[in-house]
Amino acid sequence: MWKGVLRVGKLSVPTTLHAAVEDVAVHFHLLHDEDEVRVRQRLVNPATNEARSDGEVHKGYELKPGTFVLLTDDELAKLEPEASRDIQLHSFVPRGAVGPAWYDRPYYLAPDGEAESYFALVKALRDGERVGIAHWVMRKKQYHGAVTAHGDHLVVVTLRTIDEVLKAPKVEPMSRAADARELKMAEQLVEALSGEFDPAEYSDGHRERVRALIEAKSHGKKPKAVKAPRRPPQKSLSDALAASLKNVNKERKSA
Amino acid sequence: MPDAPTDDAKDAKTDGERRNRPFWSGLLTFGLVSIPVDLYPATRAGGAPLRLLDEDGTPLQRRYYCPEEDVDVPSEQLVRGYELAEGKYIVVTDEELESVDPKKSREIDLRLFVERDGIDPLFYEHGYFLAPGEDSGKAYRLLASVMEKSKRAGIATFVMRDQEYLVAILAEGGLLRAETLRFHDEVRSPKSVGLPKTKEPSAALSKKFEHAIAELSTERLPTAELTDEHADRIKELAEKKSKHGQHVTRTNAKTKNVTESEGADVIDLMEALKRSLNGHGGGAHPTKRATHGKAARTTKKAAAHAHATNAKKTSHARHTR
Repeated sequence: MWKGVLRVGKLSVPTTLHAAVEDVAVHFHLLHDEDEVRVRQRLVNPATNEARSDGEVHKGYELKPGTFVLLTDDELAKLEPEASRDIQLHSFVPRGAVGPAWYDRPYYLAPDGEAESYFALVKALRDGERVGIAHWVMRKKQYHGAVTAHGDHLVVVTLRTIDEVLKAPKVEPMSRAADARELKMAEQLVEALSGEFDPAEYSDGHRERVRALIEAKSHGKKPKAVKAPRRPPQKSLSDALAASLKNVNKERKSA
Repeated sequence: MPDAPTDDAKDAKTDGERRNRPFWSGLLTFGLVSIPVDLYPATRAGGAPLRLLDEDGTPLQRRYYCPEEDVDVPSEQLVRGYELAEGKYIVVTDEELESVDPKKSREIDLRLFVERDGIDPLFYEHGYFLAPGEDSGKAYRLLASVMEKSKRAGIATFVMRDQEYLVAILAEGGLLRAETLRFHDEVRSPKSVGLPKTKEPSAALSKKFEHAIAELSTERLPTAELTDEHADRIKELAEKKSKHGQHVTRTNAKTKNVTESEGADVIDLMEALKRSLNGHGGGAHPTKRATHGKAARTTKKAAAHAHATNAKKTSHARHTR
């Protein structure tokens, strides 16, 4: 648990950070096939096949392929961001101004001690429909993040840096001359398929099947393969849209 | 990356070969309409990753070895094991893992459209661009235009490289994006974290926060601020030392470098877009040739520009994925 103080102008909100993501993956280990012993990793000089311990290695930055500049631990330590407890909110943008491409990892913020300023910030962000953009240093690493009201609480989602997000290529918008009838049908179809998003309705079937496979194998059973259905061949766009609309309307009536 | 199963060794093996082609190709479908699409990553590795070197500057390799016999274990002798109890493993083969998955899951079937601004940011995981595949320009543009106008996102699950993903398809500037979403059991609830119940703050304090926020408000995300200063400092120091000829080593050993291959990702996407949206195919009207020609030129220029910028940005970067 990391303690940090949100700074908004002259105001401060003491908080603690809590990971909002849980690791539920099925983890495998790599084994040596002969004896099923778990393998380990070591550093090897490929030219001499000699192993090196952590204490013997040097660090280098690759300026261009095959050219390294050696950097000492002392030099690197001096470049580390300065430790601080401040989470500085430097700008506030409208909700929706942060595109999903920027979002990386979410954390819950909890009030640390006095809670009134925490809930005042929640209320101000919620009522103003704003998201705070912040930067801070946590465990020797620099972060950017978006602080948002999430129900009654605060969430900060770390943001990717500008070097990590690829710019979308420019695409000519669809011309007005597009088939008006097709456009209308597509609109109706999207409308008919519209609803509320409930993440709880979706589960990772693959993960569950892998768990079932492990379970079955641990009891000495052999699992069965599953086959996927095939999609019928494509009609013309117009026909496909018309037929889809008909299907959707039929389903609606029978529902 | 989320989900099961994870093992780095197998991933590393196919790393090089998958760079220059789409991450995934398949059908985007809604109703009976199906649109062939190619998926490309919308992010890349940033930072200033460091390589571990030997005394003489040779880049070191990480190798697997068996502690029992103290021998290197080549990748073909590696198997996957799930640990049932300490030191006791159930071996699971590639074939078995494939058999649990209908590998033909080559479809992103949009059965639900939702308000795109209503998707909780906690769920967003990884971004991809969707480029229209062969001859799908018309349907692609139609869907992109309708989704953008209605501010809706399509929701689906699909299988990509042996993993199942929940995904939101969004339209932005005429382009479709796929944003993978975390499954709900990967996201903790405020209750499980132990967040306290809300208390009504005083009106005076709320006002103070409102004012402080108003002072710092802007309409757009200040993307220019989203830099990695630590990485920049490492690059600067490396440049400076190299100019003075200090501590520079060279090797003929093949090192992985992202410069060309990541540029290629962008070029491939541009080419795919140009082909399907702006050029031939996709039911372009002959009378609209002029517009399409112009679009194609713009895209080419954008592609060249993107390549140059990309090469510049990553020329110092090293492989990290």
